[in-house]
Amino acid sequence: MDKLEQHILLKKGAEANLYLDYWHGKKVITKIRTQKKYRPEALDTQIRSYRTMHEAQLLHQAKSAGVTTPLIYMVNVPEATIVIEYIEGIQIKKYINKVSKIERKKVCTKIGELVGRLHRENLIHGDLTTSNMILDKQGTIFLVDFGLGEKNVELEAKGVDLHLLKRVLQSTHFSFWETCFNDVLAGYNLVLSDKLTEKVYEKTIEIEKRGRYVEERKR
Amino acid sequence: MVNTQKTLLTDNMYCLGIESTADDFGVGITKSNGEILANTVESYIPIEGGIHPREAARHHAEVANKTLFQALTDAKIKPKDLTVIAFSMGPGLGPCLRTGATVARTLAAYLQIPLIGVNHSIAHIEIGKLKTGVTDPVTLYASGGNTMVTAFEFKRYRVFGETLDIALGNCLDVFGRQAGLKSQKNLPLGAAIEQLARKGETLITLPYVVKGMDLSLSGLLTAAITQLQKGNHTLEDTCYSLQEHAFAMVTEVTERALAHTEKKEVLLTGGVAANKRLQEMLRAVTEEHDAKFNVVPQKFATDNGAMIAWTGILAYTHGIVTPVDESYVKLRWRVDRADVPWIN
Repeated sequence: MDKLEQHILLKKGAEANLYLDYWHGKKVITKIRTQKKYRPEALDTQIRSYRTMHEAQLLHQAKSAGVTTPLIYMVNVPEATIVIEYIEGIQIKKYINKVSKIERKKVCTKIGELVGRLHRENLIHGDLTTSNMILDKQGTIFLVDFGLGEKNVELEAKGVDLHLLKRVLQSTHFSFWETCFNDVLAGYNLVLSDKLTEKVYEKTIEIEKRGRYVEERKR
Repeated sequence: MVNTQKTLLTDNMYCLGIESTADDFGVGITKSNGEILANTVESYIPIEGGIHPREAARHHAEVANKTLFQALTDAKIKPKDLTVIAFSMGPGLGPCLRTGATVARTLAAYLQIPLIGVNHSIAHIEIGKLKTGVTDPVTLYASGGNTMVTAFEFKRYRVFGETLDIALGNCLDVFGRQAGLKSQKNLPLGAAIEQLARKGETLITLPYVVKGMDLSLSGLLTAAITQLQKGNHTLEDTCYSLQEHAFAMVTEVTERALAHTEKKEVLLTGGVAANKRLQEMLRAVTEEHDAKFNVVPQKFATDNGAMIAWTGILAYTHGIVTPVDESYVKLRWRVDRADVPWIN
Protein backbone atom coordinates (compact mmCIF):
# COMPACT_ATOMS: atom_id res chain seq x y z
CA MET A 1 0.00 0.00 0.00
CA ASP A 2 1.43 3.34 -1.00
CA LYS A 3 1.07 6.82 0.36
CA LEU A 4 -0.59 5.85 3.59
CA GLU A 5 0.70 8.59 5.74
CA GLN A 6 -1.06 7.90 8.99
CA HIS A 7 -2.21 4.70 10.50
CA ILE A 8 -4.18 5.41 13.62
CA LEU A 9 -6.24 2.60 15.11
CA LEU A 10 -9.77 3.94 15.41
CA LYS A 11 -11.61 0.85 16.45
CA LYS A 12 -10.78 -2.69 17.25
CA GLY A 13 -13.91 -4.50 16.17
CA ALA A 14 -14.83 -8.12 16.56
CA GLU A 15 -13.52 -9.18 13.20
CA ALA A 16 -11.69 -6.18 11.78
CA ASN A 17 -9.55 -3.27 12.84
CA LEU A 18 -10.40 0.16 11.48
CA TYR A 19 -7.53 2.57 10.85
CA LEU A 20 -7.65 6.21 9.93
CA ASP A 21 -5.33 6.95 7.03
CA TYR A 22 -4.62 9.66 4.50
CA TRP A 23 -4.53 8.23 1.04
CA HIS A 24 -3.65 10.52 -1.85
CA GLY A 25 -4.71 13.45 0.30
CA LYS A 26 -8.04 11.93 1.26
CA LYS A 27 -9.15 10.92 4.72
CA VAL A 28 -9.90 7.20 4.49
CA ILE A 29 -10.68 4.17 6.58
CA THR A 30 -8.50 1.12 6.13
CA LYS A 31 -10.43 -1.90 7.25
CA ILE A 32 -8.26 -4.90 7.90
CA ARG A 33 -9.83 -8.22 8.73
CA THR A 34 -7.18 -9.43 11.11
CA GLN A 35 -5.99 -12.97 11.25
CA LYS A 36 -7.82 -14.95 13.90
CA LYS A 37 -5.37 -17.27 15.54
CA TYR A 38 -8.11 -19.31 17.16
CA ARG A 39 -9.25 -20.71 13.80
CA PRO A 40 -7.17 -23.04 11.63
CA GLU A 41 -5.33 -20.96 9.03
CA ALA A 42 -7.11 -22.47 6.02
CA LEU A 43 -10.55 -21.77 7.47
CA ASP A 44 -9.49 -18.33 8.62
CA THR A 45 -8.13 -17.30 5.21
CA GLN A 46 -11.25 -18.60 3.52
CA ILE A 47 -13.60 -16.66 5.83
CA ARG A 48 -11.62 -13.43 5.70
CA SER A 49 -11.14 -13.30 1.95
CA TYR A 50 -14.77 -14.31 1.29
CA ARG A 51 -16.09 -11.57 3.55
CA THR A 52 -13.71 -8.93 2.16
CA MET A 53 -14.80 -9.70 -1.38
CA HIS A 54 -18.47 -9.75 -0.49
CA GLU A 55 -18.26 -6.56 1.46
CA ALA A 56 -16.80 -4.70 -1.51
CA GLN A 57 -19.37 -6.15 -3.91
CA LEU A 58 -22.28 -5.35 -1.64
CA LEU A 59 -21.10 -1.83 -0.81
CA HIS A 60 -21.18 -1.25 -4.55
CA GLN A 61 -24.50 -2.97 -5.25
CA ALA A 62 -26.13 -1.12 -2.35
CA LYS A 63 -25.34 2.16 -4.09
CA SER A 64 -27.17 1.02 -7.24
CA ALA A 65 -30.09 0.09 -4.98
CA GLY A 66 -30.21 3.66 -3.71
CA VAL A 67 -28.54 3.18 -0.35
CA THR A 68 -25.70 5.44 0.67
CA THR A 69 -22.52 3.57 1.49
CA PRO A 70 -18.92 4.75 1.70
CA LEU A 71 -16.90 4.94 -1.54
CA ILE A 72 -14.51 2.10 -2.09
CA TYR A 73 -10.95 3.10 -2.97
CA MET A 74 -9.15 -0.18 -2.87
CA VAL A 75 -9.77 -3.87 -2.29
CA ASN A 76 -7.00 -6.30 -1.45
CA VAL A 77 -8.52 -9.74 -1.08
CA PRO A 78 -5.37 -11.74 -0.17
CA GLU A 79 -4.67 -9.32 2.66
CA ALA A 80 -8.36 -9.03 3.58
CA THR A 81 -8.12 -5.26 3.42
CA ILE A 82 -10.36 -2.61 1.97
CA VAL A 83 -9.84 1.13 1.85
CA ILE A 84 -13.05 3.14 2.00
CA GLU A 85 -14.21 6.69 2.39
CA TYR A 86 -14.11 8.14 5.90
CA ILE A 87 -17.59 9.21 6.97
CA GLU A 88 -17.64 12.13 9.36
CA GLY A 89 -20.62 11.41 11.59
CA ILE A 90 -22.10 9.59 14.54
CA GLN A 91 -23.16 5.97 15.01
CA ILE A 92 -26.94 5.56 15.11
CA LYS A 93 -26.44 3.44 18.25
CA LYS A 94 -25.27 6.55 20.12
CA TYR A 95 -27.50 8.99 18.27
CA ILE A 96 -30.93 7.51 18.94
CA ASN A 97 -30.33 7.28 22.66
CA LYS A 98 -29.96 11.01 23.04
CA VAL A 99 -32.41 12.64 20.64
CA SER A 100 -36.08 13.62 20.83
CA LYS A 101 -38.88 11.21 20.00
CA ILE A 102 -39.64 13.07 16.78
CA GLU A 103 -36.04 12.90 15.61
CA ARG A 104 -35.85 9.24 16.56
CA LYS A 105 -38.96 8.48 14.55
CA LYS A 106 -37.48 10.26 11.54
CA VAL A 107 -34.24 8.31 11.75
CA CYS A 108 -35.89 4.93 12.31
CA THR A 109 -38.25 5.46 9.40
CA LYS A 110 -35.26 6.35 7.22
CA ILE A 111 -33.44 3.19 8.35
CA GLY A 112 -36.49 1.15 7.37
CA GLU A 113 -36.51 2.83 3.99
CA LEU A 114 -32.84 2.00 3.41
CA VAL A 115 -33.34 -1.63 4.38
CA GLY A 116 -36.38 -1.70 2.09
CA ARG A 117 -34.27 -0.46 -0.81
CA LEU A 118 -31.68 -3.16 -0.18
CA HIS A 119 -34.34 -5.84 0.04
CA ARG A 120 -36.06 -4.58 -3.11
CA GLU A 121 -32.89 -5.63 -4.94
CA ASN A 122 -32.62 -8.83 -2.89
CA LEU A 123 -29.55 -7.52 -1.10
CA ILE A 124 -29.19 -8.79 2.44
CA HIS A 125 -27.03 -6.80 4.85
CA GLY A 126 -26.46 -9.68 7.26
CA ASP A 127 -25.51 -7.61 10.29
CA LEU A 128 -28.04 -4.82 10.68
CA THR A 129 -26.99 -3.36 14.00
CA THR A 130 -27.25 0.29 15.00
CA SER A 131 -23.44 0.31 15.23
CA ASN A 132 -23.30 -0.31 11.49
CA MET A 133 -25.24 2.81 10.58
CA ILE A 134 -23.64 6.26 10.51
CA LEU A 135 -25.43 9.57 10.36
CA ASP A 136 -23.39 12.36 8.80
CA LYS A 137 -23.71 16.11 9.30
CA GLN A 138 -25.97 16.51 6.27
CA GLY A 139 -28.39 14.04 7.81
CA THR A 140 -27.58 11.19 5.43
CA ILE A 141 -27.50 7.69 6.88
CA PHE A 142 -24.69 5.46 5.62
CA LEU A 143 -24.86 1.70 5.96
CA VAL A 144 -21.52 0.02 6.56
CA ASP A 145 -20.08 -3.38 7.38
CA PHE A 146 -21.53 -5.65 4.73
CA GLY A 147 -19.14 -8.49 5.52
CA LEU A 148 -21.89 -10.95 6.40
CA GLY A 149 -24.11 -9.84 3.53
CA GLU A 150 -25.27 -11.70 0.47
CA LYS A 151 -27.55 -11.53 -2.51
CA ASN A 152 -30.53 -13.75 -1.77
CA VAL A 153 -34.04 -13.83 -3.21
CA GLU A 154 -35.58 -15.87 -0.40
CA LEU A 155 -38.07 -14.38 2.03
CA GLU A 156 -36.23 -16.14 4.84
CA ALA A 157 -33.09 -14.03 4.28
CA LYS A 158 -35.06 -10.78 4.47
CA GLY A 159 -36.81 -12.01 7.59
CA VAL A 160 -33.50 -12.88 9.28
CA ASP A 161 -32.14 -9.44 8.36
CA LEU A 162 -35.03 -7.62 10.05
CA HIS A 163 -35.10 -10.08 12.93
CA LEU A 164 -31.47 -9.25 13.71
CA LEU A 165 -32.27 -5.54 13.72
CA LYS A 166 -35.16 -6.17 16.08
CA ARG A 167 -32.95 -8.19 18.42
CA VAL A 168 -30.34 -5.45 18.48
CA LEU A 169 -32.99 -2.83 19.25
CA GLN A 170 -34.30 -5.03 22.05
CA SER A 171 -30.91 -5.62 23.68
CA THR A 172 -29.33 -2.21 23.15
CA HIS A 173 -32.28 0.20 23.09
CA PHE A 174 -34.65 -1.70 25.40
CA SER A 175 -36.67 1.29 26.64
CA PHE A 176 -38.03 2.31 23.24
CA TRP A 177 -37.23 -0.57 20.93
CA GLU A 178 -40.85 -1.28 20.04
CA THR A 179 -41.59 2.21 18.73
CA CYS A 180 -38.30 2.15 16.85
CA PHE A 181 -39.05 -1.16 15.22
CA ASN A 182 -42.54 -0.05 14.21
CA ASP A 183 -41.04 3.06 12.62
CA VAL A 184 -38.51 0.90 10.80
CA LEU A 185 -41.38 -1.20 9.43
CA ALA A 186 -43.25 1.93 8.36
CA GLY A 187 -40.17 3.11 6.46
CA TYR A 188 -39.76 -0.33 4.94
CA ASN A 189 -43.36 -0.14 3.79
CA LEU A 190 -42.66 3.14 1.99
CA VAL A 191 -40.42 1.24 -0.41
CA LEU A 192 -41.99 -2.20 -0.53
CA SER A 193 -45.61 -3.18 -1.02
CA ASP A 194 -47.98 -3.77 1.88
CA LYS A 195 -48.11 -7.41 0.92
CA LEU A 196 -44.34 -7.94 0.96
CA THR A 197 -43.89 -5.88 4.14
CA GLU A 198 -46.48 -8.03 5.84
CA LYS A 199 -44.92 -11.25 4.58
CA VAL A 200 -41.46 -10.23 5.78
CA TYR A 201 -42.88 -9.13 9.13
CA GLU A 202 -44.67 -12.44 9.57
CA LYS A 203 -41.40 -14.16 8.75
CA THR A 204 -39.60 -12.29 11.53
CA ILE A 205 -42.25 -13.49 13.98
CA GLU A 206 -41.84 -17.04 12.71
CA ILE A 207 -38.04 -16.81 13.08
CA GLU A 208 -38.39 -15.42 16.57
CA LYS A 209 -40.57 -18.34 17.61
CA ARG A 210 -37.92 -20.74 16.39
CA GLY A 211 -35.64 -19.37 19.09
CA ARG A 212 -35.02 -21.55 22.08
CA TYR A 213 -37.43 -21.40 25.00
CA VAL A 214 -39.67 -18.77 23.47
CA GLU A 215 -42.88 -18.86 25.52
CA GLU A 216 -45.15 -17.90 22.63
CA ARG A 217 -44.15 -20.97 20.65
CA LYS A 218 -46.78 -23.65 20.34
CA ARG A 219 -46.16 -27.09 19.01
CA MET B 1 -42.56 -14.85 41.27
CA VAL B 2 -43.60 -12.19 43.71
CA ASN B 3 -41.75 -9.80 45.93
CA THR B 4 -42.44 -10.20 49.61
CA GLN B 5 -41.23 -8.23 52.58
CA LYS B 6 -37.52 -7.62 52.70
CA THR B 7 -35.79 -10.66 54.07
CA LEU B 8 -32.99 -10.50 56.54
CA LEU B 9 -29.50 -11.04 55.21
CA THR B 10 -27.57 -13.33 57.47
CA ASP B 11 -24.55 -15.51 56.95
CA ASN B 12 -26.06 -18.71 58.19
CA MET B 13 -29.02 -19.39 55.99
CA TYR B 14 -29.06 -22.72 54.25
CA CYS B 15 -30.61 -23.31 50.85
CA LEU B 16 -31.19 -26.73 49.34
CA GLY B 17 -31.36 -26.64 45.55
CA ILE B 18 -32.81 -29.28 43.26
CA GLU B 19 -31.73 -29.55 39.64
CA SER B 20 -33.66 -31.77 37.23
CA THR B 21 -33.93 -30.07 33.84
CA ALA B 22 -32.58 -32.94 31.76
CA ASP B 23 -30.59 -36.12 32.41
CA ASP B 24 -29.11 -35.11 35.77
CA PHE B 25 -30.81 -35.11 39.13
CA GLY B 26 -28.76 -32.96 41.45
CA VAL B 27 -29.10 -31.77 45.00
CA GLY B 28 -26.90 -29.03 46.38
CA ILE B 29 -26.78 -27.25 49.70
CA THR B 30 -25.35 -23.75 49.88
CA LYS B 31 -24.84 -21.33 52.76
CA SER B 32 -25.71 -17.68 52.34
CA ASN B 33 -22.03 -16.74 52.58
CA GLY B 34 -21.41 -18.69 49.35
CA GLU B 35 -20.03 -21.81 50.98
CA ILE B 36 -21.08 -24.98 49.17
CA LEU B 37 -21.74 -27.76 51.64
CA ALA B 38 -23.03 -30.45 49.31
CA ASN B 39 -23.35 -31.07 45.60
CA THR B 40 -24.46 -34.54 44.61
CA VAL B 41 -25.56 -35.53 41.14
CA GLU B 42 -27.12 -38.73 39.81
CA SER B 43 -27.13 -39.10 36.03
CA TYR B 44 -29.58 -40.98 33.91
CA ILE B 45 -27.74 -42.91 31.22
CA PRO B 46 -29.83 -43.96 28.21
CA ILE B 47 -29.33 -47.54 27.04
CA GLU B 48 -29.29 -46.22 23.51
CA GLY B 49 -29.94 -42.92 21.74
CA GLY B 50 -30.49 -39.61 23.47
CA ILE B 51 -32.42 -38.62 26.57
CA HIS B 52 -35.93 -40.02 26.74
CA PRO B 53 -37.79 -37.45 28.89
CA ARG B 54 -40.13 -39.99 30.49
CA GLU B 55 -37.35 -42.43 31.29
CA ALA B 56 -35.16 -39.64 32.66
CA ALA B 57 -38.03 -38.45 34.89
CA ARG B 58 -38.56 -42.02 36.12
CA HIS B 59 -34.87 -42.20 36.97
CA HIS B 60 -35.05 -38.89 38.86
CA ALA B 61 -38.01 -40.08 40.93
CA GLU B 62 -36.12 -43.26 41.79
CA VAL B 63 -32.92 -41.53 42.91
CA ALA B 64 -34.49 -38.46 44.56
CA ASN B 65 -34.58 -39.97 48.02
CA LYS B 66 -31.02 -41.19 48.19
CA THR B 67 -29.63 -38.05 46.52
CA LEU B 68 -31.37 -35.82 49.07
CA PHE B 69 -30.14 -38.01 51.91
CA GLN B 70 -26.60 -37.97 50.55
CA ALA B 71 -26.58 -34.18 50.23
CA LEU B 72 -27.82 -33.70 53.80
CA THR B 73 -25.21 -36.17 55.05
CA ASP B 74 -22.42 -34.41 53.13
CA ALA B 75 -23.53 -31.01 54.43
CA LYS B 76 -23.72 -32.40 57.98
CA ILE B 77 -27.01 -30.63 58.61
CA LYS B 78 -30.54 -31.70 59.46
CA PRO B 79 -33.57 -30.92 57.32
CA LYS B 80 -34.85 -28.56 60.01
CA ASP B 81 -31.71 -26.41 59.58
CA LEU B 82 -32.78 -25.45 56.05
CA THR B 83 -34.02 -21.93 55.47
CA VAL B 84 -35.37 -22.26 51.97
CA ILE B 85 -35.84 -24.77 49.11
CA ALA B 86 -34.92 -23.83 45.53
CA PHE B 87 -35.59 -25.81 42.37
CA SER B 88 -34.93 -25.55 38.65
CA MET B 89 -38.20 -24.16 37.31
CA GLY B 90 -37.07 -24.11 33.67
CA PRO B 91 -36.17 -24.17 30.87
CA GLY B 92 -35.94 -27.90 30.37
CA LEU B 93 -37.75 -31.15 29.68
CA GLY B 94 -41.27 -31.20 31.13
CA PRO B 95 -41.36 -34.59 32.87
CA CYS B 96 -37.90 -34.05 34.38
CA LEU B 97 -38.70 -30.56 35.61
CA ARG B 98 -41.97 -31.70 37.15
CA THR B 99 -40.25 -34.46 39.10
CA GLY B 100 -37.79 -32.01 40.65
CA ALA B 101 -40.56 -29.47 41.32
CA THR B 102 -42.68 -32.08 43.08
CA VAL B 103 -39.81 -33.05 45.36
CA ALA B 104 -39.14 -29.37 46.11
CA ARG B 105 -42.78 -28.52 46.86
CA THR B 106 -43.12 -31.53 49.14
CA LEU B 107 -40.00 -30.63 51.08
CA ALA B 108 -40.97 -26.99 51.44
CA ALA B 109 -44.47 -27.88 52.59
CA TYR B 110 -43.23 -30.50 55.05
CA LEU B 111 -40.58 -28.22 56.53
CA GLN B 112 -42.86 -25.18 56.28
CA ILE B 113 -40.19 -23.06 54.64
CA PRO B 114 -40.32 -20.89 51.49
CA LEU B 115 -39.96 -22.24 47.95
CA ILE B 116 -38.06 -20.54 45.13
CA GLY B 117 -38.24 -21.35 41.42
CA VAL B 118 -34.89 -20.65 39.76
CA ASN B 119 -34.03 -20.08 36.11
CA HIS B 120 -31.60 -22.85 35.15
CA SER B 121 -29.54 -20.76 32.71
CA ILE B 122 -29.11 -17.94 35.19
CA ALA B 123 -28.04 -20.45 37.85
CA HIS B 124 -25.21 -21.55 35.51
CA ILE B 125 -23.99 -17.95 35.26
CA GLU B 126 -24.35 -17.19 38.97
CA ILE B 127 -22.44 -20.25 40.18
CA GLY B 128 -19.79 -19.41 37.57
CA LYS B 129 -19.46 -15.91 39.02
CA LEU B 130 -19.25 -17.33 42.54
CA LYS B 131 -16.62 -19.91 41.66
CA THR B 132 -14.38 -17.81 39.41
CA GLY B 133 -14.79 -14.40 41.00
CA VAL B 134 -15.89 -12.61 37.82
CA THR B 135 -18.49 -9.91 38.36
CA ASP B 136 -19.86 -8.75 35.01
CA PRO B 137 -18.95 -11.24 32.28
CA VAL B 138 -19.98 -12.03 28.74
CA THR B 139 -21.02 -15.65 29.26
CA LEU B 140 -20.90 -18.44 26.71
CA TYR B 141 -23.18 -21.17 28.00
CA ALA B 142 -22.76 -24.24 25.83
CA SER B 143 -24.31 -27.56 26.79
CA GLY B 144 -26.45 -30.36 25.39
CA GLY B 145 -29.52 -28.14 25.37
CA ASN B 146 -28.17 -24.59 25.29
CA THR B 147 -25.79 -22.47 23.29
CA MET B 148 -26.03 -18.78 24.00
CA VAL B 149 -23.99 -15.70 24.67
CA THR B 150 -25.44 -13.53 27.42
CA ALA B 151 -24.42 -10.47 29.38
CA PHE B 152 -26.12 -8.26 31.92
CA GLU B 153 -27.54 -5.01 30.52
CA PHE B 154 -30.26 -2.89 32.09
CA LYS B 155 -31.95 -5.03 34.77
CA ARG B 156 -31.75 -8.35 32.90
CA TYR B 157 -29.37 -10.84 31.39
CA ARG B 158 -29.71 -10.20 27.67
CA VAL B 159 -29.13 -12.69 24.89
CA PHE B 160 -26.52 -11.30 22.50
CA GLY B 161 -26.20 -14.38 20.37
CA GLU B 162 -27.55 -17.89 20.31
CA THR B 163 -27.99 -20.95 18.19
CA LEU B 164 -30.78 -20.68 15.66
CA ASP B 165 -31.31 -24.44 15.75
CA ILE B 166 -29.51 -27.13 17.76
CA ALA B 167 -27.20 -26.72 20.74
CA LEU B 168 -23.45 -27.29 20.54
CA GLY B 169 -23.46 -30.30 22.88
CA ASN B 170 -26.39 -31.76 20.97
CA CYS B 171 -24.48 -31.38 17.70
CA LEU B 172 -21.47 -33.23 19.12
CA ASP B 173 -23.61 -35.94 20.77
CA VAL B 174 -25.57 -36.75 17.62
CA PHE B 175 -22.40 -36.86 15.54
CA GLY B 176 -20.77 -39.10 18.13
CA ARG B 177 -23.69 -41.52 18.07
CA GLN B 178 -23.73 -41.58 14.27
CA ALA B 179 -20.02 -42.36 14.34
CA GLY B 180 -20.70 -45.24 16.72
CA LEU B 181 -18.60 -43.77 19.51
CA LYS B 182 -19.10 -45.13 22.98
CA SER B 183 -18.99 -42.93 26.05
CA GLN B 184 -16.34 -43.75 28.58
CA LYS B 185 -16.65 -43.33 32.33
CA ASN B 186 -20.05 -41.68 31.90
CA LEU B 187 -18.45 -38.81 30.00
CA PRO B 188 -20.50 -37.29 27.18
CA LEU B 189 -19.63 -38.27 23.62
CA GLY B 190 -18.09 -34.82 23.18
CA ALA B 191 -15.16 -36.05 25.29
CA ALA B 192 -14.58 -38.96 22.91
CA ILE B 193 -14.78 -36.59 19.92
CA GLU B 194 -12.26 -34.28 21.58
CA GLN B 195 -9.78 -37.12 21.96
CA LEU B 196 -10.14 -38.21 18.34
CA ALA B 197 -9.98 -34.61 17.11
CA ARG B 198 -6.53 -34.22 18.67
CA LYS B 199 -5.25 -36.78 16.19
CA GLY B 200 -6.89 -35.04 13.22
CA GLU B 201 -4.58 -33.38 10.70
CA THR B 202 -6.52 -32.41 7.59
CA LEU B 203 -9.25 -29.81 7.74
CA ILE B 204 -12.32 -30.73 5.70
CA THR B 205 -14.36 -27.76 4.51
CA LEU B 206 -17.76 -27.75 6.22
CA PRO B 207 -20.52 -25.13 6.46
CA TYR B 208 -19.65 -22.14 8.64
CA VAL B 209 -22.86 -20.26 9.45
CA VAL B 210 -22.78 -17.05 11.46
CA LYS B 211 -25.78 -14.77 11.00
CA GLY B 212 -25.15 -11.45 12.66
CA MET B 213 -24.66 -12.41 16.30
CA ASP B 214 -26.34 -15.80 15.94
CA LEU B 215 -25.12 -19.11 14.61
CA SER B 216 -26.56 -22.25 13.08
CA LEU B 217 -25.19 -25.73 13.69
CA SER B 218 -27.66 -28.08 12.04
CA GLY B 219 -26.16 -27.72 8.54
CA LEU B 220 -22.70 -28.37 9.93
CA LEU B 221 -23.93 -31.52 11.66
CA THR B 222 -25.59 -32.86 8.51
CA ALA B 223 -22.49 -32.12 6.42
CA ALA B 224 -20.21 -33.81 8.96
CA ILE B 225 -22.42 -36.90 9.04
CA THR B 226 -22.47 -36.98 5.23
CA GLN B 227 -18.66 -36.88 5.17
CA LEU B 228 -18.64 -39.73 7.66
CA GLN B 229 -20.95 -41.84 5.52
CA LYS B 230 -18.97 -41.15 2.35
CA GLY B 231 -15.92 -42.44 4.12
CA ASN B 232 -13.41 -40.28 2.23
CA HIS B 233 -11.82 -39.01 5.38
CA THR B 234 -10.62 -40.56 8.60
CA LEU B 235 -12.87 -40.29 11.66
CA GLU B 236 -10.09 -38.29 13.35
CA ASP B 237 -10.09 -35.70 10.56
CA THR B 238 -13.87 -35.46 10.57
CA CYS B 239 -13.98 -34.96 14.37
CA TYR B 240 -11.22 -32.38 14.09
CA SER B 241 -13.01 -30.48 11.32
CA LEU B 242 -16.37 -30.61 13.09
CA GLN B 243 -14.85 -29.20 16.27
CA GLU B 244 -12.83 -26.51 14.52
CA HIS B 245 -15.85 -25.23 12.60
CA ALA B 246 -18.34 -25.40 15.45
CA PHE B 247 -16.02 -23.90 18.04
CA ALA B 248 -14.83 -21.15 15.68
CA MET B 249 -18.47 -20.18 15.17
CA VAL B 250 -19.30 -19.90 18.89
CA THR B 251 -16.00 -18.12 19.49
CA GLU B 252 -16.75 -15.59 16.76
CA VAL B 253 -20.20 -14.93 18.22
CA THR B 254 -18.69 -14.50 21.69
CA GLU B 255 -16.12 -12.11 20.28
CA ARG B 256 -18.86 -10.06 18.65
CA ALA B 257 -20.72 -9.77 21.96
CA LEU B 258 -17.47 -8.85 23.72
CA ALA B 259 -16.69 -6.10 21.20
CA HIS B 260 -20.28 -4.87 21.31
CA THR B 261 -20.68 -4.74 25.11
CA GLU B 262 -17.03 -3.80 25.80
CA LYS B 263 -17.06 -5.93 28.93
CA LYS B 264 -13.80 -7.08 30.46
CA GLU B 265 -14.55 -10.68 31.42
CA VAL B 266 -15.56 -13.82 29.57
CA LEU B 267 -17.08 -16.80 31.35
CA LEU B 268 -17.35 -20.24 29.78
CA THR B 269 -19.85 -22.66 31.29
CA GLY B 270 -22.09 -25.64 30.46
CA GLY B 271 -21.12 -29.22 29.69
CA VAL B 272 -19.04 -28.31 26.63
CA ALA B 273 -16.89 -25.99 28.79
CA ALA B 274 -14.78 -29.02 29.63
CA ASN B 275 -13.43 -29.12 26.06
CA LYS B 276 -9.81 -27.95 26.05
CA ARG B 277 -9.86 -26.85 22.42
CA LEU B 278 -12.90 -24.63 22.99
CA GLN B 279 -11.21 -23.16 26.05
CA GLU B 280 -8.07 -22.48 24.02
CA MET B 281 -9.98 -20.67 21.26
CA LEU B 282 -11.96 -18.53 23.68
CA ARG B 283 -8.91 -17.68 25.72
CA ALA B 284 -7.13 -16.47 22.58
CA VAL B 285 -10.02 -14.25 21.58
CA THR B 286 -10.58 -12.89 25.09
CA GLU B 287 -6.95 -11.91 25.49
CA GLU B 288 -7.02 -10.16 22.14
CA HIS B 289 -9.66 -7.85 23.59
CA ASP B 290 -7.71 -7.34 26.82
CA ALA B 291 -10.37 -9.17 28.80
CA LYS B 292 -10.05 -11.92 31.38
CA PHE B 293 -11.02 -15.48 30.48
CA ASN B 294 -12.59 -17.83 33.03
CA VAL B 295 -13.80 -21.40 32.86
CA VAL B 296 -16.23 -22.71 35.43
CA PRO B 297 -14.82 -25.81 37.20
CA GLN B 298 -16.37 -28.90 35.66
CA LYS B 299 -18.57 -30.07 38.53
CA PHE B 300 -20.17 -26.63 38.61
CA ALA B 301 -20.27 -26.22 34.82
CA THR B 302 -22.40 -29.28 34.15
CA ASP B 303 -25.91 -29.40 35.59
CA ASN B 304 -25.78 -29.44 39.38
CA GLY B 305 -27.85 -28.69 42.46
CA ALA B 306 -25.37 -26.29 44.06
CA MET B 307 -25.96 -23.69 41.36
CA ILE B 308 -29.70 -23.83 41.99
CA ALA B 309 -29.15 -23.54 45.74
CA TRP B 310 -26.80 -20.57 45.34
CA THR B 311 -29.18 -18.74 42.99
CA GLY B 312 -31.96 -19.55 45.45
CA ILE B 313 -29.95 -17.74 48.14
CA LEU B 314 -29.47 -14.73 45.87
CA ALA B 315 -33.18 -14.61 45.04
CA TYR B 316 -34.37 -15.15 48.61
CA THR B 317 -32.11 -12.47 50.07
CA HIS B 318 -33.54 -10.06 47.51
CA GLY B 319 -37.15 -10.67 48.31
CA ILE B 320 -38.12 -13.34 45.80
CA VAL B 321 -40.18 -16.37 46.82
CA THR B 322 -42.43 -18.54 44.69
CA PRO B 323 -45.84 -19.37 46.19
CA VAL B 324 -46.71 -23.03 45.66
CA ASP B 325 -49.72 -22.18 43.50
CA GLU B 326 -47.42 -20.22 41.16
CA SER B 327 -44.71 -22.85 41.06
CA TYR B 328 -45.63 -24.33 37.70
CA VAL B 329 -42.54 -25.39 35.77
CA LYS B 330 -41.72 -23.25 32.76
CA LEU B 331 -40.50 -25.43 29.92
CA ARG B 332 -39.69 -22.25 28.06
CA TRP B 333 -38.14 -19.55 30.13
CA ARG B 334 -35.53 -17.42 28.46
CA VAL B 335 -32.87 -15.69 30.54
CA ASP B 336 -34.11 -12.31 29.37
CA ARG B 337 -37.51 -13.02 30.93
CA ALA B 338 -36.21 -13.60 34.46
CA ASP B 339 -35.75 -10.95 37.14
CA VAL B 340 -32.34 -10.67 38.75
CA PRO B 341 -32.78 -8.04 41.49
CA TRP B 342 -29.47 -9.00 43.10
CA ILE B 343 -27.49 -7.38 40.29
CA ASN B 344 -27.19 -3.61 40.12
